[in-house]
Amino acid sequence: MRVDAWRGFPLLEAMSPEPKPQSPGQPAVKAAPITMGGMLLGLRRVSVLIPGIVVFAVAFGAAAAAKGVTGLEAFLMSALVYAGVSQLVAMELWRPEWSWGAIAGLAVVTATVNARMVLQGAALQPWFAQYSRTLNAFHLFFYTDANWLIGTRYQAEGGRDLGVLVGAGLALWLVWIVATMLGYGLGTLVADPRRYGIDLVMPIFFAAMIVPLWRGRRGMVPWVVAGLVALVTAKLVDGYAFIIVGSLAGAITGAFRDDHP
Amino acid sequence: MTIPDPGTWGPMLAILAMAVATYLCRISGVALMSVIPLTPHVRRGLAALPGSIVVATVLPLIERLGVAAGIALLVAVGTMILRRSELLALITGMAAISALRAFGF
Repeated sequence: MRVDAWRGFPLLEAMSPEPKPQSPGQPAVKAAPITMGGMLLGLRRVSVLIPGIVVFAVAFGAAAAAKGVTGLEAFLMSALVYAGVSQLVAMELWRPEWSWGAIAGLAVVTATVNARMVLQGAALQPWFAQYSRTLNAFHLFFYTDANWLIGTRYQAEGGRDLGVLVGAGLALWLVWIVATMLGYGLGTLVADPRRYGIDLVMPIFFAAMIVPLWRGRRGMVPWVVAGLVALVTAKLVDGYAFIIVGSLAGAITGAFRDDHP
Repeated sequence: MTIPDPGTWGPMLAILAMAVATYLCRISGVALMSVIPLTPHVRRGLAALPGSIVVATVLPLIERLGVAAGIALLVAVGTMILRRSELLALITGMAAISALRAFGF
């Protein structure tokens, strides 16, 4: 049965414009080994995103310096939180004195800004499920928008080596930390991210991603629903809830459409 | 008995709280999907998810950031169609937004 043959490769089958044929008899759940070659490929894939990431991290470092955050705090935030948009939002909310309520509030805001990661993780789970829980717990610490974009594209091309994500994630994490401290040092020189379009780095990467994800007009219907629902949500609710509400609406539309994607 | 104020540890605890919240976001989607069976419906939903995330992220941001941002994103997508290079798309997109903003859009 075709449906069984797809098991474990839903994204591969559905997202690739020309899906790689899978031999039906072969068990699909066996994990591909993590290779050095895969990690190097991840490094190569992430290298084209690095200039944008550097600019973003420099902007965060500069914003942190402008807010009076200490160098150690900026370093720890980039190393431990490692999620650009939420870090910039945190700089908006940063304060000299912290109450427990303010800390909890910041955690909630961070979770809503980063809620898209829940869906990004879900989208690649069939791939991750082939690997051990410990390994997933480890590499997911380094899971970012860039990793998700790389992993999604790599999967669509038929790739299965998780080393690609591990390599890309580790490289990007180091770059993120170094560039944060660079921006912290430069400080107010680059404190206005708007002027150089730094606030557009993430949207540009996302918009560019539409091109490799494109698979004809039929696949577009969930996207249109996602976009419209997100627009309405953004009008009604402050913050970044629109991402998760819109994305879920798109996924549900995709799930209940009659024709195959 | 009351919990003492965070005091000088406030910033560190705030960073830690952000780190925990973010890591939970990172793992919870994967954890959740590992208990949901991969029925054809779920499979199709997952297939529609990446594009939906992209569109749902970008469209409202254009709405918030303005027409100049929309034009810059179109430039980036156009570059991507012609050259298939994220780096080139980033360069043209940021050049477009910088130029538009420099001219007061």
